[in-house]
Amino acid sequence: MNRILAKDILAPDVVRFWIEGPHIARKRKPGQFVIIRTTEEGERIPLTIADVDKSRGAISIIVQGVGKSTRQLNNLNVGDALLDVAGPLGKATEIHPNSRVCCIGGGIGTAVVYPIACGAKALHGEVVAIVGGRTKDFVILEQELRAVVDQVIVTTDDGSAGTKGLVTDALKALLAEGRTFDEVVAVGPLPMMKAVVAVTKPLGIKTTVSLNPVMVDGTGMCGGCRVSVDGDQKFVCVDGPEFDGHLVDFDELGARLRAYKEQEEESLRLYNERVACRAVVTS
Amino acid sequence: MAKKITQKTKNAMPNQDAQRRAHNFEEVAMGYPVDLAVLEAQRCIQCKNNPCVAGCPVEIDIPKFLLQVGERDFEGAYKTLMERNVLPAVCGRVCPQEEQCEVKCTLGVKFEPVAIGRVERFVADYGALMKFTDDTPPAPPTGHKVAVVGSGPAGLTVAADLAKMGHGVTIFEALHKAGGVLVYGIPEFRLPKSIVEHEIDGLKKLGVEIKTSHVIGQTFTVDELFTELGFEAVFIATGAGLPTFPKIPGINLIGVYSANEYLTRSNLMKAYQFPISDTPTIRGKNVAVIGGGNTAMDAVRTALRLGAENAYLVYRRTRAEMPARHEEIEHAEEEGVKIMMLAAPTAILADERSRVRGMQCIRMELGEPDASGRRSPVPQKGSEFELEVDTVVFAIGQGANPLIRNTTPDLPVNKWGNILADDATGATQKSGVFAGGDIVTGGATVISAMGAGRKAARAIDQYLRNPSVDGYSPTDV
Repeated sequence: MNRILAKDILAPDVVRFWIEGPHIARKRKPGQFVIIRTTEEGERIPLTIADVDKSRGAISIIVQGVGKSTRQLNNLNVGDALLDVAGPLGKATEIHPNSRVCCIGGGIGTAVVYPIACGAKALHGEVVAIVGGRTKDFVILEQELRAVVDQVIVTTDDGSAGTKGLVTDALKALLAEGRTFDEVVAVGPLPMMKAVVAVTKPLGIKTTVSLNPVMVDGTGMCGGCRVSVDGDQKFVCVDGPEFDGHLVDFDELGARLRAYKEQEEESLRLYNERVACRAVVTS
Repeated sequence: MAKKITQKTKNAMPNQDAQRRAHNFEEVAMGYPVDLAVLEAQRCIQCKNNPCVAGCPVEIDIPKFLLQVGERDFEGAYKTLMERNVLPAVCGRVCPQEEQCEVKCTLGVKFEPVAIGRVERFVADYGALMKFTDDTPPAPPTGHKVAVVGSGPAGLTVAADLAKMGHGVTIFEALHKAGGVLVYGIPEFRLPKSIVEHEIDGLKKLGVEIKTSHVIGQTFTVDELFTELGFEAVFIATGAGLPTFPKIPGINLIGVYSANEYLTRSNLMKAYQFPISDTPTIRGKNVAVIGGGNTAMDAVRTALRLGAENAYLVYRRTRAEMPARHEEIEHAEEEGVKIMMLAAPTAILADERSRVRGMQCIRMELGEPDASGRRSPVPQKGSEFELEVDTVVFAIGQGANPLIRNTTPDLPVNKWGNILADDATGATQKSGVFAGGDIVTGGATVISAMGAGRKAARAIDQYLRNPSVDGYSPTDV
C-alpha cells in the first residue's frame, strides 16, 4: 500500500510521484489534498493531489523540496512505500460549468492549479492559464496544461521563457486587452496571491486562492491551520483549502508560516549533514 | 463474611521525584511493587454489598480481582480484569477512581478506600510483563460485519466486545496511529504509548481489523460504509475533536495553541524529542494554559517538561470547581506549576514579529451558579493585569468535529453538533448507526466512553440479530 509507482523530475527540487491509493483515488475531486508521512519520526505534511488515475487506483502529488520532510520524500524512488497517506482531505473546488476562468500558477502553485483547470475544462469552461516561474526551469506542467486548456501564457522573472515579468503583469495585459473572466484562480507563494488579489479586487473579479498553512492532523481537530477569512476563523483543512482571495488575511497567514522557521532550518541542516556523511561512507 | 481491617490508609504509590520528573517525560507514577500491591489488595474487607462494582462504568468484578491479588493469584486476577476491561493498564492510570469505584468503597466510609485503581494498574502491568493471556475461546464467527469510526476508548471497547461475540469488526481511524485521545491527548508521563500499543495489540489478536489514515467523512462517508463496504452497523466514536478558542484579540499569533494541537505535537508526534522527531513545537519559557480540566493539566505539565521556567495554569473559577482529577492537580503543584485562580485572559499581546509577548487578564469573582451547577465567574472591573508569557494554550473545552455530521445529513445532532444517541443503547436516529463517547456527551472521560462502548456493543449485537427492531428511544439529551 502507498507504494510509489512512478517518479519524474519536473524542475530543480520539484518531483512528481504517482502513488498507489485506490480508496483515495476513487473519491478524489479537484482541489483536495492528502496528508503524508514518510518515516516513523516524520511529520505529517499536506500535499495537493495534482492528478488521479481512477482505473489504476493511483494519485499524483508534486513536491517541492524545501525543508527536511520534502527533501527526504523527494529522495524516495519507485517501489518505495510512503508510511502513511490519508485523504482525500479538504473541500473540492467549486467549479461552475461553462465558466471563463483565468488559472494562475506561481512556481509550485501550478501543481495545485492544474487539477482545477482540468476540472473547469471538464465542465465546458473556457480556461486561460498563466504559469509563472523564476526562470524557465521553474515553469512546470506547461505541456500538460497546453493539452487541456484554451490558452497558456508563460512568464519568467528573467525572460528565459515566455514573457519577462510576473504573472500579474500577464493578467493585467489580458484585462487591458478587454478579456473578461467569471473567475480568477491563483495559487502560488503568498506575495503572488496577494498581488493577484490587488489586481482583481478593485475590478470586483471573483478570485479563489488555495492556502498552504502549517498543518498537523488535517481533519479539523487541532486548529493549527486556522486562518482569518473576512474576520471569521476558518480551518484550511476542513473549510478550505480554497477561499475567496478578497477576504483572506494574507499577512496573518504569512506570519504564522514563520512559526517554526528556526526549527525547520535546524532540521534541514542536520538532514543535509547526515546525507553528506552517508555519501562519504558509501562512496 | 467481611474481613478484618488491616490498614486504614492507602499504600502510597511510588512517584518519580517531583523536581526530576518535571523535566522528563517518563511516567510519574511508577507502580506498586508486588508486595505492596498484595498488601493493598488485602485491605479490601470483601464487604457483602460491594458497592464499588456499581461505581465502575465497565462493571469490573472488583472484589474478585482484589481477592485474587491478595492470594497472589495474579494470573487469575488478570483474567478477571480482562473479562470486563479490554484496557486495564489504561484505566488503572487515568480513571478518576475518586469519583467512581473508590468513592463507593465501604472501607472509605470511615477510612481511606482501597486504592482500587493502583491495584488494577499493577495487575495489568504484571500481566503484560508475564504475557498472561485471556484464554476465553472466541465465539464462533457470526458472519456479521460492523464498522467502528474512531479508535479511541469508546471505539476500542465496542470493537473488543463485538469481536468477542464473534462479529467481524473493522475500526477506521483518521490518524496514523490507533488510540485516539489515548495517544494524542494524554501525555507519555501519564500513559506510556507503548502500553497503549500493547493493549491495542490485544484487540488485534481478537480479530479486530484497524485501518489507520482512513478519515470517515472524507475517505468514505458513513453511508458508503453500508452501501460500498457492506457493513451492517456502524458505531461512531469520533470524540470531541474540535478545538475551542475564545473570541479575544491575538488568538492567531505565533505561540497560541489549542490544547489539541499542543498535546498532539508533543504526544502523538513526539515533538519533545525534536529533532530526532521531525515535528517541532514551541518550547516556551513562560507558558500560560487556560482551563481547569485534565486536558489543561496535561498541557501545563507538558509545558514544564518542554523547558518552561514558568508554567501557569489560569483558571476562571477556584480549585474546588476544577474538573481535573485530584491526583493530576497535586502532581502539577508538586512539579512547580503555578495555579492562578479566578483569572481569565482578555487579550493576547504581540511583539513585532507576530509572536506572543504577553497576555492581558482580568480577575474574577464567583457569582450565581450556572447550568453546570458551579458558581459563575464574574469579571471584576478595573482588575486587569498583564502576564508576561510567550506561549498560550487554550484548554477550555472541546466541540464536536463536523466531518461526520456534514457528510451524514440524516444523522440528527443537537445544537452543539453532538450526535443524539439513546443513553442505554447508543442507538441514533439513523437506522443501523450507533454512537458513543465524547461525540455524544461532549468532552468527558476515557472510562465513560468505554462504558458507552460496552452498552452499545450489546445493543449492536441485538440489532444485528434482529435488524427490524430499532434501538432508539428519544431521551432528554
